[in-house]
Amino acid sequence: MARNKQLRAGSGESGLRIPATELVWRYALMVALLGLFIGPFLWMVSLSFRGTENVYALRLIPEDPTLRNYIDVFRYFPLGRAFANSIFVALFTVGLNLMLCSLAAYPLARFQFLGKRVVFLLILSTLMIPFQLYMIPLYVMSLKLGLADTLWGIILPGCVGAFGIYLIKQHYQTIPVTLDEAARIDGAGDFAIWWRIMLPLTKPAIAALAIFIFVGTWSDFLWPLIIINSTDKFTLPIAVAKLSGAFIDRSQYIAAGSTLAALPVIIMFFLMQRRFIGGLTLGAVKG
Amino acid sequence: MKSCAAERRQTAMAYAFLLPTLLVLGLFHFFPMLQAFGISLMQYTPGSPRNEFIGLENFRRLMGDAAFWTALKNTVLYLACVPVIIALSLALALLVEPQIPFIGFFRACYYVPVVTMMVVVAYAWSLIFNTDYGMLNQLLVGSGLVSSGVPWLTSPKMALWSIMSVTIWKGLGYYMVLFLVALKTVPRELVEAARIDGAKRWQVFRNVTLPSVWPIVTLSSVISAIAALKVFEEIYMMTRGRADTATLVYEIYQTGIDMERGSGLEMGYASAMGVVLFVLVLAISAFSIRTMDRMYSS
Repeated sequence: MARNKQLRAGSGESGLRIPATELVWRYALMVALLGLFIGPFLWMVSLSFRGTENVYALRLIPEDPTLRNYIDVFRYFPLGRAFANSIFVALFTVGLNLMLCSLAAYPLARFQFLGKRVVFLLILSTLMIPFQLYMIPLYVMSLKLGLADTLWGIILPGCVGAFGIYLIKQHYQTIPVTLDEAARIDGAGDFAIWWRIMLPLTKPAIAALAIFIFVGTWSDFLWPLIIINSTDKFTLPIAVAKLSGAFIDRSQYIAAGSTLAALPVIIMFFLMQRRFIGGLTLGAVKG
Repeated sequence: MKSCAAERRQTAMAYAFLLPTLLVLGLFHFFPMLQAFGISLMQYTPGSPRNEFIGLENFRRLMGDAAFWTALKNTVLYLACVPVIIALSLALALLVEPQIPFIGFFRACYYVPVVTMMVVVAYAWSLIFNTDYGMLNQLLVGSGLVSSGVPWLTSPKMALWSIMSVTIWKGLGYYMVLFLVALKTVPRELVEAARIDGAKRWQVFRNVTLPSVWPIVTLSSVISAIAALKVFEEIYMMTRGRADTATLVYEIYQTGIDMERGSGLEMGYASAMGVVLFVLVLAISAFSIRTMDRMYSS
């Protein structure tokens, strides 16, 4: 009798059967947790559509929904500029990382050269040393180099990283050396081999790295907070933080700005879930 | 002779590929890193004529600085997030493990806080924790559970724990995914055999599941512990270090960089705190490398 009530788990590869009662409590718990994980965002979004009355009233759908806050926050605060800045910073940080990491990984994966071990260990050592230790001297140096209060001052220190180099190097090492040798016999130089063989064959790793770097850069807060002063150089996280200082009595504005700042990555995430989760967990599983 | 020339050529080529990376790492990372240690031994304010070497004086001053001790205590307390995050994310992974309809949707939703920037997460939660108009207090007071608003973010007794709950909440989805990957390595035959033999759910978990995911428990502990030591954004957004919530990184920022602080920047003193942070991070890294070495060699 009990056996008939058992449902077969969907995947096919899983041989375990889940009893109906268990399925019920699993779904009940999962729906409840949905409220916990999505609820705080829904509350913020709800606030962003409210007028000036009963701003904090306990209801999800506002009494008099309005788009006013979204228009006003752009009018009274350079949020559009912050969007442009964030996109600029993200594009160059991701682009430079992909290029520099793949360049650096090539000799580390393929060449025998003097100082290889030292160079590799030096690169990896940056993973162990917290940025917060040396952000102050870096800031002083940026002032001297004229990078303070510029978007390039945000981009340059983060334009290559040990983790990316390590990841790409691991992938290069899975490519058979015979491919390089064949190309070499055909007269290809090192640069051509890197560009025409190594790069195309590591596309999935590069895509994952791009997502990893993009999400990190889009949310990065501490360094831009330190180095940026002028309102027209704010990136989105800085803009959101300054919004909550500027409009203390207008939570709707801050909620609208926060919603817009978070939305691009969330949309991208739902469009490319697998890629995203793969890209973000790389850091743990490979590193 | 020829092979020697070829080797030299390859070395030159290798450094050509590595040049941009070495320049960036050297200029923006290694150089300031060395400076940080140097500055920590100095009285240092940019542009000041009084910058001078003072030996270990900054560290001696730290010993008697109540603000530093509070920050250090909070940073160490923050490590309490680690066991909570591991237990909860493993439980979450076990909940969403079976391939049942819509499971992908639920997993994705639990992952949304991971991809959302901390600044926004912290703001969303301060709308919930606010003493006067926060959603949580409205619910609690409305239902009669408490008579007046609970000072979630303003009472020194509670504020740090409230912020820690936000850090945990944001991270759960990430560690859930790590555990989902690990759960695939649990030997299915063993689980089925144990269940057929009448083993209780808890016994199966204790004796089969947990040992197979143990490497990820270790890995997640290390990642979350190092992240906990560096916490900054939540504090900055939710309390600005008030209500005794300043952590080491927040204190470094305040002392060495925050222009809004009236009393002038003390970069040498802040760098000394940076060195303390470095030692903490290094201790955890070293410990983890040793544990993992032992794990993989056995």
